[in-house]
Amino acid sequence: MKVAVLKGGRSLERGISLRSGARVEDALGRLGHEVLPLEADGDLVKRLTDGAPDVAFVAMHGMGGEDGTAQELLEILGIPFTGPGVAACARCIDKVLAKHELRSAGIPTPDWFAFNETAFRELGAADALGSLEERLGFPLVVKPSRGGSALGVKFAESWFDVPEALVSAFSYDDRVLLERFVDGRELAVSVLGGQPLPTVEAIPQAGHSYDFEARYEIGRTSFVCPADLSDEETVAVTEIALGAYGALGCSGFSRVDLILGADGPQVLEVNAIPGLTDTSLLPQAAEAAGMSFEQLVEKILDLALTPVRA
Amino acid sequence: MPEPPHRRRAHARSSDLERYAGLFAQRTQVMRSSAMRDLMAITARPDVISLAGGLPDTSTFPPKAFAAQMTRIAQESAAEALQYGPTEGFRETVDCIIEVMGAEGMLPDPDDVIVTTGGQQAIDLICKALVDPGDAVICEAPTYPGAIPVFCSYQADTIQIECDGAGMRIDELEATLERLDEEGRRPKFVYSVPTFQNPAGVTMSLERRQRLVELARSRELLVVEDNPYGLLRFGGDALPPLYQLDGGDFVIYVGTLSKILSPGIRLGWAVAPPPVMEKVVLGKQAADLCTSTLTQYFVREYFGEGSWRQYIESLIGIYRSRRDAMVEALERYFPAQATWTEPDGGLFIWATLPPYIDTSDLLAKALRENVAFVPGQAAYVDGRGRNSMRLNFSSGSEDEIREGIRRIGKTIAGQVELYSALTGQELEVPASPERQKSVETENVLPFRKTGEGGA
Repeated sequence: MKVAVLKGGRSLERGISLRSGARVEDALGRLGHEVLPLEADGDLVKRLTDGAPDVAFVAMHGMGGEDGTAQELLEILGIPFTGPGVAACARCIDKVLAKHELRSAGIPTPDWFAFNETAFRELGAADALGSLEERLGFPLVVKPSRGGSALGVKFAESWFDVPEALVSAFSYDDRVLLERFVDGRELAVSVLGGQPLPTVEAIPQAGHSYDFEARYEIGRTSFVCPADLSDEETVAVTEIALGAYGALGCSGFSRVDLILGADGPQVLEVNAIPGLTDTSLLPQAAEAAGMSFEQLVEKILDLALTPVRA
Repeated sequence: MPEPPHRRRAHARSSDLERYAGLFAQRTQVMRSSAMRDLMAITARPDVISLAGGLPDTSTFPPKAFAAQMTRIAQESAAEALQYGPTEGFRETVDCIIEVMGAEGMLPDPDDVIVTTGGQQAIDLICKALVDPGDAVICEAPTYPGAIPVFCSYQADTIQIECDGAGMRIDELEATLERLDEEGRRPKFVYSVPTFQNPAGVTMSLERRQRLVELARSRELLVVEDNPYGLLRFGGDALPPLYQLDGGDFVIYVGTLSKILSPGIRLGWAVAPPPVMEKVVLGKQAADLCTSTLTQYFVREYFGEGSWRQYIESLIGIYRSRRDAMVEALERYFPAQATWTEPDGGLFIWATLPPYIDTSDLLAKALRENVAFVPGQAAYVDGRGRNSMRLNFSSGSEDEIREGIRRIGKTIAGQVELYSALTGQELEVPASPERQKSVETENVLPFRKTGEGGA
């Protein structure tokens, strides 16, 4: 089978995408497929048309590749592709939208407020910040709404940290959310074709935040898979993760990030196209389930060719 | 199906990664790498105006001369130029180095010189010879971003001493030395780029140079003077290098041809007292046996033509105009709250923004405008420098510099406006020439963000 691997692009996660893509290409080659490596740039459509692949493996992260843009293009060209469809990608990439969907579906997610940059620039939204303390409490987490990584995510310990944290978060998106900080264990449930893989727990080695750097660096964060959870916890976490996957209309594969605090598991975000690098969580979870990386890639391809998209 | 031509390892599983993780040396835990590396990968896109690099301009090096020099080597000394050479380097290379150092008033003993693979290797070899895990190493704040990974990989306890417009604050250095004394610790060396510092662009005053050398002598403290830019002076009077003031007893000197000839040839050197040199040579032997013989033959040919100083003069002309273009653009496009250094040489300007702007985040935003710089944090080991940035003026054309600064200025202006909308603070008046003058003469640079850093 001829498989195009879409990677790179202009997002801030370009570097990670290139690594995911390279690893997928290797696996596809070993599986005996014909690989068409494609860096997402101005010639992408032309090269997709000329290359006429049977299926496209989307190994792009962040804006442009994980937000439905690449998926829309592939739909127009009539090329089947891996991972969630356009609508699910658009919901997952936008944390605010995703949280609204989750809450409507009764999936627990930490309380939040969202603001557009225009609201501050033109509508005097700063005056509304005063009620944050009472509604969310401190510390709180300030995040850009769109973007798949931890870039621009800041903790605000008190009211005084908020403006600066907002300026940082608005560097990545024109919409940000302020979210109640939930202290707890950081868990990731990868879902493959509607089936949960074993839960991964991320344990940062130093500091309290699971930061962007640690996420892609061997030795900075330890990952435990399957996570050391009680049977009840495992059931609760898995149920909520599958609920989130369904509520956002994911298909193929995705990764649900949760925090397990005193009030039980809550969903922080859903990554429509989680990383597939050496240190990424989905491949670890698959391996814990007894799947090699090649088997994982083959399974993802199969799911793309027999799609049930929301 | 044929095997594709490029094949990586065929078994990268997470259990393998766990196995590797168990094998990693302690020192890898502190190696920095990172989000910034991923951001910097984007700066390499061809549509990005990058003021982030540190690249000298190599476009005016005459190709004909280069071809002639390499041809002579091929015709006259092919066998020797393709062979190993002595670990210390060829005597002829050392003679060229002595000529370069002589141009700044230094006269080292040829036996004290070792030719290295770039100045970077010299820093590495000095650390290798001197630094055990946990040892205190002192450097400037901000310091050369490329030195930090070296200090980290030898697990040094890196202590940074604040800089102002006259270079490293020697009073602060003394206070730090006192404190270390009380703790019973002896720093292995003080690392400084005293002239046209990377990244700050500042030059240590003569008085501070003298005090630093006196301190070194009275305390038997080693100073590593890294001087890649000393000959790239566009204005002001030359100051004596620390090595010259000291005579080479306590000052270890690091030099390079990267900025006055070519970084691609990877030719640097260290000058150290004989006991230190002995260890450095052993370290060099272990690292790479010798510096590229071919490179050394090229350097010999190049210096043999006797026009190396004219080439530096031509570079100075180019860089002076580019610095002027950058300073003019900063005055025009950066907001009133920003300050910056105006170096008399070197390749960099250091700009400092209001404390609420994190330049790593600003870079993400600036990249959407297709422009890049180095976030200040890269020049600190402790997370400081978050509101500063390093701007390079040697590698782009004047038009690119102006356009790059315009785009960064626009991005900053957006942040400043947003912050004032968030806090209700009034915006300050736009930049004026008077304000810049006052910054220049004040001789104090607000490198440090007020208050505590973020998480």
